[in-house]
Formats: sequence, C-alpha cells, structure tokens
Amino acid sequence: MKLFATKIDTTSERTMVVDDMILTKDTPTTAGSKMLDGYVSLFEAEALTRLKNAGYALCGKANVGEFAIDLLGETSQNGKIVSGGKLINASAEIVSSGEATIAITLDVNGSVRRAAAQSGLVSIKPTYGTVSRYGTIPVACSGETVSVMAKSADTCREVLGAIAGHDDKDGTSLSEELCARVKQNESAPRKVALLKSMTVGVDGEVAEKLNAFIALLTDNGVEVCEIDDEVIATSRIAWNILMSAELCNNVSRYDGVKYGYRAQNFSNIDELYTNSRTEAFGELLKTAIIFGSETLSTENYMKVYDKALRMRRVIVEAFAKIFESFDAVLLPACSTLAYTEETVSANKYLAFEENLYTAPASVSGLPAVVAGGVQLIGKAFSDSALLELAKLLEKEGK
Amino acid sequence: MKYETVIGLEVHVELATKSKIFCSCSAHSYGADPNAHVCPACCGMPGMLPVVNKRVVDYGMKAGLMLNCHINRTTTFDKKSYYYPDLPAAYQTTQWFAPVAVNGLVEIETSKGKKGVRIKQIHMEEDAGKLVHDIREDTTHVDFNRTSVPLIEIVSQPDLSSAEEVEAYLERLKTLLRFAKVAECEMAHGTMRCDVNLSVRPEGSDKLGVRAEMKNMNSIEAIKRAIEYETARHIDAIENGTEVLRQETRRWDDIKGKSYAMRTKETAGDYRYFPDPNVMPVVIDDEWFDSIKASLPELPEVKRARYTDEYGLSDYDAEQLTKSIALCECFEKAYEVCGNAKDVANWIISEAMSILNVRKMTYDMLDVDGKALGELINLVSGGKVSRVNGKKILSAMFDDPHIDPAKYAESNGYVVSNDTGLIEKVVAQVIAGDPKAVSDFKGGKEKALMSLFGRCMKELKGNCDPQVLRTILIDAINAL
Repeated sequence: MKLFATKIDTTSERTMVVDDMILTKDTPTTAGSKMLDGYVSLFEAEALTRLKNAGYALCGKANVGEFAIDLLGETSQNGKIVSGGKLINASAEIVSSGEATIAITLDVNGSVRRAAAQSGLVSIKPTYGTVSRYGTIPVACSGETVSVMAKSADTCREVLGAIAGHDDKDGTSLSEELCARVKQNESAPRKVALLKSMTVGVDGEVAEKLNAFIALLTDNGVEVCEIDDEVIATSRIAWNILMSAELCNNVSRYDGVKYGYRAQNFSNIDELYTNSRTEAFGELLKTAIIFGSETLSTENYMKVYDKALRMRRVIVEAFAKIFESFDAVLLPACSTLAYTEETVSANKYLAFEENLYTAPASVSGLPAVVAGGVQLIGKAFSDSALLELAKLLEKEGK
Repeated sequence: MKYETVIGLEVHVELATKSKIFCSCSAHSYGADPNAHVCPACCGMPGMLPVVNKRVVDYGMKAGLMLNCHINRTTTFDKKSYYYPDLPAAYQTTQWFAPVAVNGLVEIETSKGKKGVRIKQIHMEEDAGKLVHDIREDTTHVDFNRTSVPLIEIVSQPDLSSAEEVEAYLERLKTLLRFAKVAECEMAHGTMRCDVNLSVRPEGSDKLGVRAEMKNMNSIEAIKRAIEYETARHIDAIENGTEVLRQETRRWDDIKGKSYAMRTKETAGDYRYFPDPNVMPVVIDDEWFDSIKASLPELPEVKRARYTDEYGLSDYDAEQLTKSIALCECFEKAYEVCGNAKDVANWIISEAMSILNVRKMTYDMLDVDGKALGELINLVSGGKVSRVNGKKILSAMFDDPHIDPAKYAESNGYVVSNDTGLIEKVVAQVIAGDPKAVSDFKGGKEKALMSLFGRCMKELKGNCDPQVLRTILIDAINAL
C-alpha cells in the first residue's frame, strides 16, 4: 500500500501529512500526475508555513488522485490503494493509522470529505477565503479550499485556528476580521435542516449513519426538520461545469515547455504540446479538460458556462433562504461508505456523480464539516459552530 | 470609381509602473539580461496567485480619463487562453467583460482640419514574454522578463481614413499619455505597439469592406507604408479581381514593403474567455476616482494658451515649452521662484533643451528641478553668478538633480566678486604681461582690448561683472 508519495521521518509528536496538491519546498509535489513527476516547487504553501510555526512537523506527502478530482485518489500516477476490495484514501488512512496527527488537503471535488466519512474521521472544509490558497496546485480556484482532517473536532478546530487568516499573497483572501470569525466560539446550531432529496440514493449504511446522527441531535435538544432542496441538488451540475472549465484553463500551463513531463518525440511546437499532454495526463483528467474546453468555447459560453455562474448565485441565495430558519443543513458526504474496485471500474465518471453531496459546499463556498460519516453545511464563518455539533458524537463515544 | 479606406486601431501601450501587474518584479527590462526580472508568479508556476498592482489601475483610469472615456467603477479581469511558449501559464489575464474605460473621444488635427476619433474601450492586461531564435543552433529560447508587464490596449472605432490621420491619432495618444505620465509610448522600445484594421469601400458607401488586420509594424513610418500598400492591394482586388479578399490577419514586412497572410478567421483560435476567479472585481469608489481625476494634467494646448495669455510668452516659446510635461513642470516651478517667464523660457529653450539634444535625451527625460532652476536664474539675473558660470551650474544640475545652485556656486568658486581691489590686481598683471596688446589698443585696435578682457575674465574665473571689468581695464590702460 503506497500511502506516501514522499515520506519524511520525524520524531515530533504533532505531525502532519499534506496531500500532493500542497506545495512543499524540498520534496516533490506532483498533484498525483505523471505530468509533474519530480516537480519541486520554489516555495511552500502558506497553510504549511503557518502549521510549522504552530509546531506541527511534516511527516510526508500523501498520494492524491490526479489533480484531486477523483473519488478517493484512485487516479494517482502511483496507482490506486485498495484494502479488502475497498478503495482507500491515502491522507485518511495515514491519519487513521496514527502515522500523522492531521492531514492538510486541497478539497477540489470532495474526495477529502468522502474519505473522512468513510474512515470515520472529522474534516473541515473552511469558509472560502478564510484559509490562503497560496501554494496549492490550482484546479478549480473559485471553490477549492485547503481542508483539515483529524481524529477529533477539537484538533480540527485548533488547526483551523492556526491556518485561517488574511494573506496578502492570495487576492481572494478575506480580511483578518472576517477570517477571525471562523475561529470564534459560537454556540452550536439549534435547528438543522435535513436535505430530503439527498437521502434518497444512499445505501443502508449511510442511511444508518444519518439516522444515528439525527437521533443524537434530537437527544441533545437540536431540532431536525426535513426540507425540500431542488435548488441545492443542482449544485453538482453547476460545479461540474465550473470545475472542468477552470481545470482546463489551470492545467494548460503543463505543456512540456518549461517543467514537468516532456514527450521524447515531436517535430514542432504543436506536437510537443500534444504529445506531452497525451502521454502524461490520465483519462479522467482528459475528460474534464475536453468537457471544460467545450463549456468555455465561444459557441457554448453563454449557453453553458454563464448559466453555471448564474446557478451559483441562485444556489447561494437558496442557502441563504434556508439559513433564515435553520443554523445548518445535514446531508450525506457520499452514497456509500465503501467504493469497491468493481463499482469504480464499471463507472469511470463516478466522481462526477458522487459529487452530488460535496458540490453544494464547493459551489457556495460555505463551510462543511464531516463527522460520524455524514456532512453538515453551515452559514459562512460558522466553521467552529459546525465543529461543536461534531463534538456531540465524541461525547457520545460514537 | 473612388474609394475610401476605413481604419480602426488597436494600440498596446506599456504602462510605466515600477512593478509588474500581478507580482513585485520590476517592469523595466529594456536591455536587461534574459529572465533577470522573473518570479514564480510571472513564470506561471502553479500555486502563485495574482495580486493586482493598484498602480496599474490608477494608470489605466488616468489613460481613460485623458481619452475622455467613461470609467467602469467596477472593473474585472478575465482569462484568455491560448498556447504559445512565450505565455507561461497558457493564459493571459486581460479584461474582456468589464474593461476599465469605454466610450471615449480623441480629437486630432490634420491638413483637412479637426476630427474626432471615437474610442471603443481601454482594457488593462499583462504582456507576454519574448522568444529568441538562435539560427546557428536551430533552437528557440524563452525570455520571461516582459511577461506580466502591464499594458493597456486602446481600441478605436473605425473612424480613421488615411495614413495622415493615423499618424495624427498616434501622436495625439503619445502626447496625452506622456502628459499624464502613464507611459513612455516609444515604438522603437516596444512600449507602444499598433495593429491596424483596414478595409476599403466605394466612397459614400455605408457598407464596410472585407477587413484585414495588420501586425508587426515597428514605427509610424512603417504603419503609414503598410496602410498605403494595403489600401492599394484592396483596391486592386476590387477593381481588377487580382485576388479574393478574405477576413484575415496579415504580417507587415517592412523590408520587402509587403504584407503577408498569417491566418484567416476560420483558422483563428478560440480564446475561451472567462472571469478570473483569482482576481476579485476592482471597485473604484468616489475617493479613488476623485483623486485620479484631480491628478490629471492640464492639456498641452491649454498650457500653450495660458503661457501666451498669462505669461506673455511668444507662440514659439509656448510651443517649445509644451513639447513635454517635464519641460512644462520645470518652467512652471522655475517661474514660481523667479517670476520672470521670459527669462525662464530662454533658459529652458536655449540652454536646457540644447543640453538634452547634445546628450541625446528626449524632452520627457528632463530631470532638472524647476525650483532649483528658478534659484539659478535669480543668481544670474541678480549678478551673483555670471551667465557663463550659470550655464556650467545648469549642466551640473543635469548630472545631479539634487544640486543647490547657490551652494554649488559657492563651493566651485562661481560667485561674482565685488572686490575691485582683486580685479585691479588681475588687470595690472595682465597688461604688464602683454605690452604689445596694450600698445595695439592704444593705436586704435579694438580687438586687442577684447583679448586683454578675455584673459582678465579667465583669471577671475568669470566671477566678475563684465561692465565693471571693462571700465577698470580701460582706466588702467589709459593711466599708463
């Protein structure tokens, strides 16, 4: 089982693993792609610097799926990781096994949240703009976020406290004042909305986790109501368009000219581009590139991309409407807690379907916490409040 | 049949900000070593995020206001995708949906009179790098010094109809942008570049002909030649059917004096514009807008009128002084100090401008502090420093703009002496040393006096009132 892309020995008690989307200075960062095989960055991610300052030692780089758009990391150039016929995510496994206290990952298409759900870990995808994206490999910049995975809600909160904050090096970074709000000790939500349509397609195990969590909430005096969520459920469509378009543009820089993989055989500049990209990129990534390229073409821009931008606004408004009456929403993080090898090979694009559950928070930029195998989305800056709910599970001893 | 040419211009101007548009690298690489001014951001390396240089927006706004544009108070940046080795991230950050300035008007004057040229828009964007081809090794090298240097692209409506008008328009743009100090606009340095969109139609027709876009013209002369060539080519095609005109991009070869097809509309790439999610919309509030508006310079023609009306200068002097904003500012500051406009004009036109010419500097490069010049003029007109030594001090002020003329005169022995005793002593020495000149003068040779006078002045290092010296000299000879 190759969990680590690079392993670093450390004697520190507080250790972190960062996935291979987070740039480190002295070890390669490959985004799980043959295209960046051996690529060593000249600078490191801001989140990493902040955690080093907070006393965490880097114990290695975790394998990640190619540009982090897949289910759990199965498209990594280093191959998929399987245990007992079940797909495993490297970052989650490293934290579960205790090899690292925390994992810092880039949540592009929800693989981090699916992994946390399946491993019974806690993860926080912070409010967009509160953690600097400086030094992360760009894929879908309008929605991706540096995320934290750990065994407990308290650890997640402590790490969030260390990495959240304004950064001049990131033009989308919010003010120090706004960033500070994610750390504030707000009271735990009192009213939670269960997104009805999202509970339909899940398997028995996920349904059980949802019910257990609802019961726990109710026992603790939190009101849970089921609500219709037609608009939120369209997030996946908008996200697949936005993510693919931005991805197509962001990975264009890997052209074989400056760094990374270069094809051996070419007779002109166009062949250098084409052959390098054909040989180095994997199938799922190529699919996303072609899809993204189509959505941005002059012919399709207004019909597709512009509509996705409008959908994003409508989705944000729908969430705002829900939050007039509720403090958080409850939904699954994935349809099953075990992706088998067969399921995955039968449907190459499962990651673009399973993001039904993860796209709402990616599109809207709202904070999302995964705990007890389920997911909570809260108002902007309610990150700490969401983690308070996750703590109920720990008190219960799960 | 008579034809008319319809021309629209896309002018790229490099903004004169210190640093690049999205990183802190120097934006000035003219003559620098390849890849000396680069960082991971302008090399398009993954993980760096663009942070907008506010100065670029200041300059973009200034340019817009100088060209009478409407300023979009919320202006956004977009990505334009294409593959070329000089574009490291494979996209250029530009403004597609909400450019900084729109709907402007520039007035030009030609032999046919005055005319307004409408400006469609001005957008801010980053420049690309440069490819350097090594023919001996058959390799190509990439220099990223120029990547992310800020540019504005000024897009005109197709309101121009001749090479003469195009020249007048470009000269007017140069003047306006240089006066606002936002750009150098030097075609030879590549800080101003121009693409010409041209079509030809029967005179009076309201239908546009087939359009050709011409690139790669490196001087106004080349642009004029290209326009004349292209107009003739189009008329020839229409009249004689020599070729079928297509909408295409053409490259001008100035040595051969011909244009060549580069690509047609059908083979042109799709740039896949979309809003850059990493650059937040730039919101220009009233305070910002007003501060830029307040910083705009008086237009050169307004200054010219003021210089003749208010200061009583001749048309020629006013014309000369308004050749650059640097000359105007030096003049106005010096005038404030010494209060004699004609004197200042003379010093600038006959002294400062000739020093600039000798040093092969442009009129925009004048770096002499106007206040110091005013003080220098006061020293000379007050008889404290001779005019000859005044010129020497001015020359020194070109080398070091921080020079204080009074102190400099003092420490270099340029102060006129009122010590008649010293003058008498020098005169006595000089006439004693040249009895022939003395007798020549006495014999009626005026020239001999000039020779003696010159030697005395030299001994006195010029620090002497010529009238006083002359009187003492003649008196001394007569007393012999």
